[in-house]
Amino acid sequence: MSSFDIDNPAPRRHRPWTAVERAFAAVGLSGRALVIAAPAAWLTLLFLIPLAVVFGISLATKQFGKPPYSDLLTTGDGTVQLTLHLSNYVRLFTDSLYVAAYLNSIKIAFISTIFALLIGYPMAYFIARSSDRWRNILLMLVILPFWTSFLLRVYALTGFMRGNGVINQFLEFIGFQHVINGYNAVLGWAGWQMPSLPFVMMQTDFAVYVGIVYTYLPFMILPLFTNLVKLDGALLEASADLGGRPMRTFFSITLPLSMPGVVAGSMLVFIPAIGEFVIPSLLGGPETLMIGRVLWDEFFTNTNWPRAAAVAIAMLVVVVVPIMLLQKAQDAVQDTARTK
Amino acid sequence: MRRGWFLPTMAILGFVFLYAPIISLVVFSFNESKLVTVWSGFSTKWYGELFADPQMLGAAWLSLRIAAVSATIALVLGTLCAISLVRFRRFRGRTILSGMVSAPLVMPDVITGLSLLLLFVGMESILGWPAGRGMLTIILAHSTFCMAYVCVVVQSRLADFDMSLEEAAMDLGATPARVFFDITLPIIAPALVSGWLLGFTLSLDDLVIASFVSGPGSSTLPMVIFSKVRLGVSPDVNALASIIIGIVALGVFAATIFQLRSRPKKARA
Repeated sequence: MSSFDIDNPAPRRHRPWTAVERAFAAVGLSGRALVIAAPAAWLTLLFLIPLAVVFGISLATKQFGKPPYSDLLTTGDGTVQLTLHLSNYVRLFTDSLYVAAYLNSIKIAFISTIFALLIGYPMAYFIARSSDRWRNILLMLVILPFWTSFLLRVYALTGFMRGNGVINQFLEFIGFQHVINGYNAVLGWAGWQMPSLPFVMMQTDFAVYVGIVYTYLPFMILPLFTNLVKLDGALLEASADLGGRPMRTFFSITLPLSMPGVVAGSMLVFIPAIGEFVIPSLLGGPETLMIGRVLWDEFFTNTNWPRAAAVAIAMLVVVVVPIMLLQKAQDAVQDTARTK
Repeated sequence: MRRGWFLPTMAILGFVFLYAPIISLVVFSFNESKLVTVWSGFSTKWYGELFADPQMLGAAWLSLRIAAVSATIALVLGTLCAISLVRFRRFRGRTILSGMVSAPLVMPDVITGLSLLLLFVGMESILGWPAGRGMLTIILAHSTFCMAYVCVVVQSRLADFDMSLEEAAMDLGATPARVFFDITLPIIAPALVSGWLLGFTLSLDDLVIASFVSGPGSSTLPMVIFSKVRLGVSPDVNALASIIIGIVALGVFAATIFQLRSRPKKARA
């Protein structure tokens, strides 16, 4: 195999694409330009232009007809008139429903991100420090839920948290009611009464937090793992040799070095959580206001397309800074991965 | 070794949190009673009911076709995009292209869905195409966000690719296209497979974008599931979920074992 037979060279294979290439070259197109142009054109048409269209329609008003919004440009008497309505944006700032939905979305996304980080970090660290064999198995276990349906995982939670669901049945089974009774007998006088079983979890903000953490946890763990697995063990040993306690070592070495992973993971949870629709509508109650849901209702229930477009633009403004943070953090994660 | 108890405990609790709801979902798909959370005996009747539901089956078939086509388009475009970004280091508009391809990864679904719908409506009123909305518009939408995922997967494979192989082929007189098909493609093939599968599952799973860009009579599987689940729990959804989880688990197991086998034992840095 390794020797090179001069007398019998491998038969030269003729492949059609060289001819295709010559044909393109003849009209002045290099293969390289075509490779770039195809995805660039697709993304321009189906990503960039749609965003511009959303912005344009956010400046129209609702109208009965098809399509259900007013034209920005109208012609008549030999003039072209451009009509821009700012009323949708004015409403976003003056209507307390929108303001509340925005603030609530940011609050819910933020708190969920913190909890995902608190749960995901130890898991990622544990996986990064385990032996090669275990590491692959555990990573597979983290990735597996991500491949199963997002919608069905949210649905799985509804069966878990409802009044006669698994959690409540489990708590009843282990006699948790006695713990509640005991607690209430001791501390209940101060107004810290604990509700008795079954706990009401569904259709509350709590269920939304659980839902976001549950579905986005793999997105938190994976960048953290990528970051932590590159951590130089010698640094930790040096710290221990110098008498650093585990806590101290963690806060002065491990945590600072894993910051890119922390930021990337957090943004991967925070950004989609802001615009989440499925989770608040299946797990949250009617009072769980989130912008994704408001946009959906504005579009499907009120058929106010321009208002929905304005909500989308405002949502975009909220997620732009996190997206830039994410980009920077991901570059940093990849850099550390590359230098090692 | 001072490993402590904290990390293992947290990891175990975390995995319990990830898996307990899924396991209970599968267990209750075999429940006799219509109440999804109260056990009353073993039965496979919900599976039978699932396969006798024409609406569910029709939606599943539509979703599978959409996912297969979208994943294939996304595979081609995403791979071209990854090659552009990794191989052609400098070209005009590189920053824009890399921004455009990574933005759909994190863009909230409601924005993507709304923006594409408004584009399709606008194009229809100006160009007359695409006439109405349905399978075609869903495929266009899904290809776009799936291509972002394909691009990321292929990009990372191309980035740690031994360039000297390509250079050797070029030195021996192969044209760029020939180098691509004979050298590059076989090496990045695993990434192409996982990119396609990723696109396929993401398309199969998408509810929000499809709801915006679909038309009457083209309800995808997630749309049917969502309207059912919204009204309360239904055991046939449990049965469907169990089937999907079973297929995915088998696939991921097989892929992991395949990866472990094909990778010779080597010292890890």
